[in-house]
Amino acid sequence: MSTGTAGTAARPTRPFATVSPRTRTRVPLLVTAVLLVAMFTVGSVRYEGFLSAQVGLNLLIDNGFLLVVAVGATFVVLTGGIDLSVGSMVALSTVLTAWLVESQGRPLAAVVPLVLLVGAASGALMGWIIHTFEIQPFVVTLAGMFLARGLCYTISTESVTITDPTTVALAQTRLYGPGGLFVSIPVVVALAVLVLAFVVLHHTRFGRTVYALGGNESSARLMGLPVGTTKIAVYAVSGLCSALGGLLLTLYMLSGYALHAMGMELDAIAATVIGGTLLTGGSGFVLGTALGVLVLGMIQTFVNFQGTLSSWWTRIVIGALLLVFIVLQRLMGGRRPAAG
Amino acid sequence: MVSPSTPRPPDPGGPRPRPVLEARGIHKQFAGTVALDGVALRLFPGEVHALMGENGAGKSTLIKVLTGVHPADGGTLLVDGRPQAFADPLQAQRAGISTVYQEVNLCPNLSVAENILVGREPRRFGLVDRSALRRRAAELLRELDLDLDVTAPLGSHSLAVQQLVAIARAVDVSAKVLVLDEPTSSLDREEVAQLFTLVRRLRDRGAAVLFVTHFLDQVFDLCDRVTVLRNGRLEGEYPIDRLTPMTLVQRMIGGELATLDQLSGRARREAAARTTGEPFLRARRLTRAGAIEPYDLDIHAGEVVGLAGLLGSGRTEAARLLFGADSADGGEVGIEGEKVRLRTPRHAIARGIAFCSENRKAEGLVGELTVRENIVLALQAARGWTRPLTRAKQDELARHWIETLDIRPADPEAQVRHLSGGNQQKVLLARWLLTAPRLLILDEPTRGIDIGAKAEIQKLVARLAGEGTAVLFVSAELDEVLRLSHRIAVLRDHRMVATLTNDGSVTPERILTTIATGADS
Amino acid sequence: MTHQPPRPGPVAAIGRRLGGHHLLWPTLTLLALLLGNVAFQHDFFSVRVRDGHLYGSLVDILQFGAPLTLVALGMTLVIATRGIDLSVGATVAIAAALACGHISTSARPGSVTTVLTAVALALGVAVVLGLANGLLVSGLGVQPIVATLILMVAGRGVAQLITGGQIVTVTSAPYKMIGGGYWLTFPFAVLLATALVVLTALLTRRTALGLLIESVGGNPAASRLVGIRAGGLLALVYVFSALCAAVAGLMISSNVSSADGNNAGLWIELDAILAVVVGGTALTGGRFSIGGTVLGALIIQTLSTTVYTLGVPPETTLVFKAFVVVVVCLVQSPVFRAKVLRRRGRTTPRPRSTADAAPHQQEVRA
Repeated sequence: MSTGTAGTAARPTRPFATVSPRTRTRVPLLVTAVLLVAMFTVGSVRYEGFLSAQVGLNLLIDNGFLLVVAVGATFVVLTGGIDLSVGSMVALSTVLTAWLVESQGRPLAAVVPLVLLVGAASGALMGWIIHTFEIQPFVVTLAGMFLARGLCYTISTESVTITDPTTVALAQTRLYGPGGLFVSIPVVVALAVLVLAFVVLHHTRFGRTVYALGGNESSARLMGLPVGTTKIAVYAVSGLCSALGGLLLTLYMLSGYALHAMGMELDAIAATVIGGTLLTGGSGFVLGTALGVLVLGMIQTFVNFQGTLSSWWTRIVIGALLLVFIVLQRLMGGRRPAAG
Repeated sequence: MVSPSTPRPPDPGGPRPRPVLEARGIHKQFAGTVALDGVALRLFPGEVHALMGENGAGKSTLIKVLTGVHPADGGTLLVDGRPQAFADPLQAQRAGISTVYQEVNLCPNLSVAENILVGREPRRFGLVDRSALRRRAAELLRELDLDLDVTAPLGSHSLAVQQLVAIARAVDVSAKVLVLDEPTSSLDREEVAQLFTLVRRLRDRGAAVLFVTHFLDQVFDLCDRVTVLRNGRLEGEYPIDRLTPMTLVQRMIGGELATLDQLSGRARREAAARTTGEPFLRARRLTRAGAIEPYDLDIHAGEVVGLAGLLGSGRTEAARLLFGADSADGGEVGIEGEKVRLRTPRHAIARGIAFCSENRKAEGLVGELTVRENIVLALQAARGWTRPLTRAKQDELARHWIETLDIRPADPEAQVRHLSGGNQQKVLLARWLLTAPRLLILDEPTRGIDIGAKAEIQKLVARLAGEGTAVLFVSAELDEVLRLSHRIAVLRDHRMVATLTNDGSVTPERILTTIATGADS
Repeated sequence: MTHQPPRPGPVAAIGRRLGGHHLLWPTLTLLALLLGNVAFQHDFFSVRVRDGHLYGSLVDILQFGAPLTLVALGMTLVIATRGIDLSVGATVAIAAALACGHISTSARPGSVTTVLTAVALALGVAVVLGLANGLLVSGLGVQPIVATLILMVAGRGVAQLITGGQIVTVTSAPYKMIGGGYWLTFPFAVLLATALVVLTALLTRRTALGLLIESVGGNPAASRLVGIRAGGLLALVYVFSALCAAVAGLMISSNVSSADGNNAGLWIELDAILAVVVGGTALTGGRFSIGGTVLGALIIQTLSTTVYTLGVPPETTLVFKAFVVVVVCLVQSPVFRAKVLRRRGRTTPRPRSTADAAPHQQEVRA
């Protein structure tokens, strides 16, 4: 598994095997940062009005919910798992929130904790199944994906528009800074989540166990680390982040709809990978994920500014970036030789 | 159920303190196979204690029981005289037993400091105090006389350093009992010396160290007492100064040496005749770093060459190079005088070489396929998918070999994973025999199978050689190597130290001496 | 952390007795579903001939299930090698977009030549896409789920690029034939799918391809030592999977006479994986069952039809599918069997199955 095992099987040859592990983990992150700066520079040169602080802030406003979801996905990917249910969980949260607030007339303050609880609990349940029955994460979260999306439709097949004054007011609140710059409340929440995730991952025992688990699960078990609890917890975190992302998306869209957040699980995973987290686990940074989200947002902004480009270019470019980063990860010393 | 032959060690140093860890009558079964049968072990503070035994002796199982990886089915574990039962490694750690495994069981992606302290990080206000973490780890390493960059990822250090870090972690968890499971198998001489210095220092501080190794020198160099296991039973416990390498090897390999003299003389008589002329395969200076030092070997058609040596001596590694199962770093191989490169098994198969791995389950059979499918697999792979063997042909081949080798149940459509070990081995043999190989490499073909099947396989090997097949026979059991082989290559510590012609002058004692001392007397 | 080889459970033992067929459970499930439908719709089983065409619910299930069957067919071989292909949905969309795009821009959309060119174009591109997946997996050693994720993300964008973001409609009688036409009273799509299934079955079982694939998926290390070249096989199954997806894409777009880059084949990869797993091919690779996959695809399709018949929103099928995934995977999980099924076996002993198992064990140990 590791560079340190003395297996009898042939070791895969790696072109960059001499690169130190520390460099190896940081190169993709560096590439992403350079990419972001380059995109911003190119954009500023090519398009009028691109070079403004508000364009940068709009990136956050338009992608705050994705940032929260991607942060949750980062926890899972760091352990070497994958969570395909996040997009559907986001949709379920929007539908649940809109339905409770609009159709049932519940106060938003009561709905928010409930939605968060549902997200965390369903994540924990999936984690429990994955851990207890040793079923591949992608299968279990696939079921979660079906279930959450299906539940959306059982609540409402139509889009539920939110007219509740508190919610609307919250959604429209602009927090102004110097120079007329503004952000929305979801941006603040998303940044808070990012900071919190950073602290948890890098400065708590739980966070370090997450990395240990991704580095080598059987080692982690033999070192006496709480493997099961941690595994369940990361899926709970991912579920919680999806639910919170869903709440933010509700504010952004002011509606709940079963078709919201289609394919967001892919965006979240893409952001994580582009941000330099290894899909095999154990290596990566949550701040990298934030950069990844910004890159995705920047691609979208480009497409918007270049009027002639169509929206589907976003997906193609994301796919191309994903390809580049996955091949890069592999060449820089991906640790698991493929089956066969 | 303690083995009746257990000699109680006389206590040279007067009354000893109570054992810090004691195991009595440990039983352990896996899926109907008895792995440990009434095994006992005593560990005293301030000693380095070697645990020795061949393949299947039960060493790793015993270690896993002691460290809480597997619970025992029966018997008692006493820590400081109090009975204990461990459900998981964490409980064993809490009771003061830490383990360092052969394959470094740390996380290469975390820093050295984190690897030492993960799970026990110093905290401030509930958060990990990173500077305290670094300081604490650096202090610990300094105490052990190690100077490392504790912030670097563990994976950036050499294997030896990783091993030392693993020990540092184990010591910090508890310095009471330290279990070292083959920690030196991939270290070079200097690194071993560094490790031993550390172990001695820990012993002098009062730790009990249980040391598992295949290297005899290391046992005599480092250890105070030895416990020998054989076939899941306790063979005995000895102070090291009562043993010579020779007697230790005898106790590990066992077997009544007297009976070995009554071998069939056939192999010996024919030995001289077989080894003349152009060899089928000629290996020169063949080597793979970390696995086997450069060795020379000739195998003639119709000759059985035995590879003898202890577990971990490099016998399997040497054999794998001849099949391309692992690729060689240096040296050359000639087949019938023509120089060849055996980089993958396909190259070797194309040259008429066949290989039965010692690891039947992981590298031999495809468990969920049927006996028939497993039997035709090698032939089919050689033909490629476009030239299938017809079902009738497959059935015929399967029936033929099931009958020839007496595979049971005699059902070609039975899933191979449901067969017993001996029958699985026969299926594996059948797979290669139907390709009519020129050289058959058998790695531990009789391990873990019952006596009847064992005898049949031995007979088969003799018959094949009689028919002109070259055979390379790897086995831990000296008597079968001696009975079958025309020549015997002896390996020790990853080196081929001697090649003996089995002409009547070779006695089991001579092989044991060669294994024990590294030289043919 | 199981150290014991998975033993055949009591259920499996009984199953073996009942003719020992691995298709037993999928068949029973399908029958139960079909019978369940009769309760809601009494003429469910009736098949009529109208205008020389077959009509009826069963025919509908077969016809609408044809694309899923094909995608699942390709997925079966991929899964048998311990892989997974998440990109089939995107490939469906790309193939549909290419074919419809070609026909709609052609001067003679109704000519057979145009349609054949369009089909060749779609299949050709599918080969390239499959090869890309295969090379990532076998050449670079990227995990299959990751390798195919790339195309899953980018593919729909590519499809929309081809269609220009529009839903491309085509009016072409020969093209309509593929997914919506009839031949000798049978829906052409059903015939086509049947032909491809039979062809694949012959190709895998009459050549050694099936055996080698099962060997590579069942035990990669052993397969290497037997001399099987896994790299080529891996590339082959991904190309095959992409080809199957492309044909499915042609069927889907032909049936509705249009290509929708966004929605054509949406989530079909998940349905296909589900069909394969329900059909008895384990996600851990090795033994595969084409017959099981076909049954699995029909089960999924019947489930969708049933939900539709029940009058609940069709989207809630997803909830049922979720439960099916969980149940099937739990039943396949050795750990679950060990923990739950064995415990149940202990508390309520089944004399028949234990009596069956015990002598069997002795027999093989002898």
